[in-house]
Amino acid sequence: MTRTILDPTGERTATTRERAARPGSLAGATVGLLDIGKARGDVFLDRLEELLRSEGHEVVRFKKPTFTKPAPLDLRHEIASKCDVVIEALAD
Amino acid sequence: MTAASVAAPGGLPDGLIAVVKRDCPTCEFVAPLLVAIADRQPLTVFSQDDPDFPAGVDAVDDTALDVSFALGIDTVPTLLRFADGVETDRLEGWSRPHWQALTGIGDLGADLTDYRPGCGSRTHDPEIVDARLVAATAGRLQSRRVELGAGEDELEAMFERGYSDGLPVVPPTAERVARMLAGTTREPDEVVALVPPDLTSCTVEKIAINAVLAGCKPEYLPVVIAAVEAACTDEFNAHGLLCTTWFSGPLVLVNGPIGRAIGMNSGVNALGQGNRANATIGRALQLVIRNVGGGRPGEIDRATLGNPGKYTFCFAEREHDSPWEPLHVERGFAATQSTVTLFGASGLQGMCDQLSRDPESLARSFAACLRVVGHPKNAFIWDAMIVVSPEHARVFREGGWSKTRFRDEVAALLRLPGDEIVRGAGGIAEGMPEAFAEHTLPKFRDGGLHIVHAGGEAGLFSAIIGGWASGAVGSEVVTREVRS
Repeated sequence: MTRTILDPTGERTATTRERAARPGSLAGATVGLLDIGKARGDVFLDRLEELLRSEGHEVVRFKKPTFTKPAPLDLRHEIASKCDVVIEALAD
Repeated sequence: MTAASVAAPGGLPDGLIAVVKRDCPTCEFVAPLLVAIADRQPLTVFSQDDPDFPAGVDAVDDTALDVSFALGIDTVPTLLRFADGVETDRLEGWSRPHWQALTGIGDLGADLTDYRPGCGSRTHDPEIVDARLVAATAGRLQSRRVELGAGEDELEAMFERGYSDGLPVVPPTAERVARMLAGTTREPDEVVALVPPDLTSCTVEKIAINAVLAGCKPEYLPVVIAAVEAACTDEFNAHGLLCTTWFSGPLVLVNGPIGRAIGMNSGVNALGQGNRANATIGRALQLVIRNVGGGRPGEIDRATLGNPGKYTFCFAEREHDSPWEPLHVERGFAATQSTVTLFGASGLQGMCDQLSRDPESLARSFAACLRVVGHPKNAFIWDAMIVVSPEHARVFREGGWSKTRFRDEVAALLRLPGDEIVRGAGGIAEGMPEAFAEHTLPKFRDGGLHIVHAGGEAGLFSAIIGGWASGAVGSEVVTREVRS
């Protein structure tokens, strides 16, 4: 009878990271809007931008090259360096 | 001399060496001669199965076969001469003139028959070969050992630990993995790819373990390794293919001599069940993505419905009687090379045309059916693979159509008027953006239609296999050579 086998997995354990602290309010915050590239995500983000700007927030728009792959490292870095918060639109 | 004190390989004594086993009539036959030889000159006898054999000679115990393997013994008896630590002569079986010449004893066995063939060396017994292989390889395997509980059923344990795709898997013992690794010349610790979605470093050993789970034979392993290599390229984008809500999964097409060599099905029911290689190679790739890459349904695999091909979707092209060059040749490989081609497949649509007897009519049927891939009002979004059956292929052969002509004619038939396919046209909200209304759009991008030949002799049916988001946006077709 088989009693010992070899582990077929990658033998990795996921790292749990602390979430970034949530801001108490958006006052003075620069808001990034990330379009992942899916159909009509722009419709949703256009409306959000309109609402955010009407409330006096600074808004910066970003877009992933394709929705099918993770966001490139450079893009993630740019968002992190320019924005206080980011809203990512997943749409279809 | 007292041969029993002689150490084995590396320290073989000069003089004569004989390798024998009791379970060999020819060895029994020459046993008295060995006693006679030992009386007159240095002779070391290694016995493969009984250290007390032959009687009258102090044989060295080689039941572990270390000396026999080191000497590459094929037949017993084998008589060798060593001088200055180097083998200078060798003969197998009994041949009186040769034994006399090698021993220098002119009347050796003078009253015996001239010739008698030997028997197979124990080093060629299948169970011995297997045991040595396992012993040599199993200890080198680096994966974590998982101990099963005393009361655990081993098949149930595979499910409970999350290793299965939903069907029973073969428990990957070190012995089974070692045998699987005999299917490749690549080292177990060679890194083959970073497997998405976790981008985990994947060795030949990890692929072999998952090939065992899937039920592969060792000779399939090179195909599985090539499939993992192809799947884990940025162009193929297995990450996106997995995590999309679309139906898609990896289709593995095998081209070249290896398909036939390992018994793959390219004929009757090629896309269906019943062939071990087709079934388990595709499954092994999916198990690598699940177990090594961490891509599990309901977690990062977000398919709304999925498709049955996500268990396994693998077949070989029917090359021997195809009217066209096989897909790998079209993609720049030699016909004599073996390859895997990965396509992001979303499932199968049957295509029926039992009446067309000229290629023009049949191409129009293909175009009409291809138009619905994804949605009749989608253009330039999806790729497709067409699996042309032998009876349909015959129509193109008899009509003198090359594969290029077939593809071009279908593409020409699938230039869609923008005003018919924009959003809202025909009372259907789905469609292309309004900006395309004045344009004509190709249903498929250039290079987005992949054509192969497979299936049984009977049936005027072919298969259309829809793809996923095509090209740089989503997934490119990727071909890799199968290496031994």
